Amino acid sequence: MRAPLSWLRDFTPLDAPSQEIAEALNQLGLEVDDIHEPGKEISGVVAARILDVVPHPDADKIRLADIDFGSGQLRVVCGAPNIEAGMVVPFAKVGAVLPGDFKITKRKIRGVVSEGMLCSPRELGLGDDHGGILALDDNSELGRDVREILGLNDTVFELSITPNRPDAMGIVGVARDLAAHFGLPFEVADAAPGTTAERIGAVTVHVEDPDRCPRFVARVAQVVMGDSPAWLQRRLTLAGMRPISNVVDVTNYIMLERCRPLHAFDLGRLAGRGIVVRCAAQGESMMTLDGVERPLASDDLLICDAVRAPQAIAGIMGGRESEVDESTTEVLIESAYFAPSGIAKTSKRLGLRSEASARFERGVDPNGVAAGADAAIALLAVVANGVAATETIDVYPNPIPRRRIAVRTGRVNAILGTDLKAATVRSLIEPLGITTTGTDDDFVAEAPTWRPDLEREIDIVEEVARRFGLQNIKRTVASAPAGSVGRLTSWQRARRHVADALVGAGYSEGMTLPLVALTDLAAVGVDTDRVVRVANPLRVEESVMRPSLRPGLLDALARNAARGNPDVALFELGTVFFAPDDDNYLPTEHTFVAGVRAGSERTAPRRHDRGIDVGDALDAVQAIVDALGLANVRLEAATSSGWHPARAAEVFVDDQLVGVVGEVEHELVATLGVSSTVVGFELDVDMLLSGEVRDPHFRPISTYPPANIDLAFVVDDHVAAADVVRTLRAAGGEMLESVHLFDTFRSSQLGDGNVSLAFALRFRAIDRTLTDVEIAGLHTGCIAAVESAHAARLRA
Amino acid sequence: MNQHDTPNERSEQAPSARADDLIARATTLAGDAELSANTATTLDVLNELERSVIKHSLADIKKGIKDVDGADRARVGQALSAAEVRARGAIEVRRIDLATAEREAVVERERLDLSAQGRGYQRGHLHPVTQVWRELEDIFCGLGYQVFYGPEAEDDWHNFEALNFPPGHPARAMQDTLYLELGAPEQVLLRTHTSPCQIRLMESQPPPIYAVMPGRTFRRDTMDARHSPVFHQIEALVVDRNITMGDLMGTIDVFFRALFGEEVEARFLPSYFPFTEPSSELGVSCPFCARKGCRTCSNTGWIELGGCGMVDPNVFRAVGLDPEEWSGFAFGFGIDRIPLLRNEIDTLQTLLWDNDVRFLSQF
Repeated sequence: MRAPLSWLRDFTPLDAPSQEIAEALNQLGLEVDDIHEPGKEISGVVAARILDVVPHPDADKIRLADIDFGSGQLRVVCGAPNIEAGMVVPFAKVGAVLPGDFKITKRKIRGVVSEGMLCSPRELGLGDDHGGILALDDNSELGRDVREILGLNDTVFELSITPNRPDAMGIVGVARDLAAHFGLPFEVADAAPGTTAERIGAVTVHVEDPDRCPRFVARVAQVVMGDSPAWLQRRLTLAGMRPISNVVDVTNYIMLERCRPLHAFDLGRLAGRGIVVRCAAQGESMMTLDGVERPLASDDLLICDAVRAPQAIAGIMGGRESEVDESTTEVLIESAYFAPSGIAKTSKRLGLRSEASARFERGVDPNGVAAGADAAIALLAVVANGVAATETIDVYPNPIPRRRIAVRTGRVNAILGTDLKAATVRSLIEPLGITTTGTDDDFVAEAPTWRPDLEREIDIVEEVARRFGLQNIKRTVASAPAGSVGRLTSWQRARRHVADALVGAGYSEGMTLPLVALTDLAAVGVDTDRVVRVANPLRVEESVMRPSLRPGLLDALARNAARGNPDVALFELGTVFFAPDDDNYLPTEHTFVAGVRAGSERTAPRRHDRGIDVGDALDAVQAIVDALGLANVRLEAATSSGWHPARAAEVFVDDQLVGVVGEVEHELVATLGVSSTVVGFELDVDMLLSGEVRDPHFRPISTYPPANIDLAFVVDDHVAAADVVRTLRAAGGEMLESVHLFDTFRSSQLGDGNVSLAFALRFRAIDRTLTDVEIAGLHTGCIAAVESAHAARLRA
Repeated sequence: MNQHDTPNERSEQAPSARADDLIARATTLAGDAELSANTATTLDVLNELERSVIKHSLADIKKGIKDVDGADRARVGQALSAAEVRARGAIEVRRIDLATAEREAVVERERLDLSAQGRGYQRGHLHPVTQVWRELEDIFCGLGYQVFYGPEAEDDWHNFEALNFPPGHPARAMQDTLYLELGAPEQVLLRTHTSPCQIRLMESQPPPIYAVMPGRTFRRDTMDARHSPVFHQIEALVVDRNITMGDLMGTIDVFFRALFGEEVEARFLPSYFPFTEPSSELGVSCPFCARKGCRTCSNTGWIELGGCGMVDPNVFRAVGLDPEEWSGFAFGFGIDRIPLLRNEIDTLQTLLWDNDVRFLSQF
């Protein structure tokens, strides 16, 4: 919404500086996005009369105009087709500046020197029209600055109007708020009666759906089509609309001024001189003004002619067939009130929005309908030689009353934290057109029908707040009740622990789009059975909800590789989505954590850099397990799509599968453009967090010396070292303080399919030094246990 | 052979001459020992010198004392002691010198240039959005608020209807919604704001509620410098008895000062949201220029961050609370905006979804 200051002043004598007005608009909730001052971009352009037009000696389409600009005469070169002797036009002298910082210089055009330039509306920043030179009023004083003649020394406030304030989509509504704010008088004068004639034939109006169209006013006028006068064009242009013709401009003018959309039909093209307002039939269609054939649905409201042929989509756009043009001699002005929800629905379905529909769907004033039509008739008399039929047809079977709202001053103060008297409250809201009755603290407010947002007491409270000024409300602090503790839940804390553990392990946190393509999933081996699809995606790349973090992370890895970042350690902690369980309609959401690592770990210059291997992924998983203190975690070799068939393991917590860790499948790595090994993991954080945690009780620490024993076993290659560790732990019992695998190797001497696993064991008792006999017993016990459990033999 | 060298002759010497001879021999020995010690090049040579001087030569001279007259014995004894002290002193001084030199040589051999020999240790980095997210949670925890995360996929009820956006409401059009192919058409969607968390909280627990709800939100938008189809918001909700607009504004002041520094203040301009009334835009005085105007605040001195307001009575009714008994406020704003502002990150595309490790490791 663009509100020129000069237009606002038609209704209230604003005299504050524009910065102050802008500040007031902001405080009123009519947010100022921008302030334009078109005149500031123009200088040195004056009115000049064309004395003579002569052909250019060397060109057909450009001519030479001799002009008089009051204090002198000059010759300029001009390419516009519409110049003729006698016209008064804007003349940009040498040295003048036009919008866009366009400086006018003396220059030769096809061999003839031009001492300046004649300007089109577009060249003056007045809309898009570049079809010819702007014609100024013939009586303009020659040499006078066009900024004064055209009223360009204006300030235009570009406002962002919230959807609850349709009234402020009109100059009048904005002016009313400003008048209230500055304590100025405010008046919308009644329209002059215009010129009327009895002889103009009557029209008929039948509204078949009064719920959708509660009011329909029609007035008829004979007109002389043409361009609007400069002042009208100027206002439309400043408000951001292109002048079209006097009749169309009048309807737009009234809409912009009063938030009162109108439509002008060429009455000569309305069969039967009448209007039928009805809903569309299924399968019906019509061509709108923009030349598009629109298929209609049965709940679209149509304005039809007397023979029921559609002539407009009610409240949204007129039809091609009855559009006014230069041949029009008689118009029917439609001024109606349509139910907002119906307009919104049709507009959304057709994907067709207009200045009118934006206003109708928010709710225009049903009781300003007739006045709007009258104002248009009055204006047509001025700008289109309009002669109106005396009769006004007004179909308004159920007039919409002003809403009565009970207001409690105590409630107003309780919500705002203020201490206002009832009289103050009333005096704040009355300048907005709200009337009040009663003098008690509790009173009744009647809301004007141009404010459809005022329905409830709380709506009046908001008006009080707006008028009182939010900045004037004393600021206090709401404290949480004594005794309540503000803290993260254990789940939220654990989530942080997971992220912190990975940061400590050298992984940086990435964030990848949770919207992916189905093909992204398949490409990295993610199961798509339970995938959730987006119904209205903008792009196929964002058409399904990710069921895994791996596609995003591997994509990020590829992007880093492509940018020459080979050493990458990324993790993500985020939501993944699966089709709903059972009869739930919301998807199942889980928080997953996944990591990918590639490249090498820098150890140079003292050692060679170490290539990343699967141990790095295992370390990351261990970091998470340790941070969460999980008690029962085991890894089991597994083949899993997207992972190396022999270098991946499933992770179990309390015997529940929670994820995978391993090396990424080499073929997949190749498609990523990554030259190193890629390792990674993906775990279900929700399941991790439900795992049993280690016994939190303190365990005493032995002060006695340990006995360290290394044991190496030869076992079948498929025996899991972790299982051997478990056997050793069981055999070593509480004396076994620690055990870890420190060496594995394969060799022909061990026999095919065999592997040597070497473990370092440390025995220690809590209360004594272990005797040689005890140590020997533990030693042989461990050996025997492993040999029998895993068909192992001790390596000599 | 010289007569002096025979024992017989020695015994025939005058007693005083015998004493002088011992003293002279000791003095000479001390002088020789000093010389040898000062020129010794290794600790081994020095140890050998110590052994020969103290254990042998000096012990040998000491044996002669028994032949000295009583009157001279004290004199000779003093002289021998002095010679021993001199010799031992010289050896010890040299020993320290040699040990120092040897240690220095070892150190020199062990010297490492540490200036650039770190192993390139890389700590990981939390995403800048997560860092702000946590900071916000921590501030509100400090104010006694609970932290709540709701689902990212929502139903129409929680995202719109219970928040006083009835079907066909024009404000729905302000939020281009991504719907999921689940349930009835347009029933299941990706939440367009974190406000549905308000409904979930009020449905699940009785007031008083003091809560903050950070989360990921979705709009049907194309990615560009300022827009993303997925972004982050945080929402705060207070429901209690006698909560006022003044409480809302004062609480936001406190929160902004915790986040941006003591010198900032909050600005409130009336606005419209279906689920709050009165509603207000939420801005903060520019923390980067102290309201003087800079590039970050587009020379306005203010930064618009989000919206706020008093919980609309219809929202209370939707969750079965009596708006006459309970009042409350809510406010929300985008999280991503904060690292963009603080770190002067050029575009939203750089911050979100790109994941260049050179970017992430800066924070």
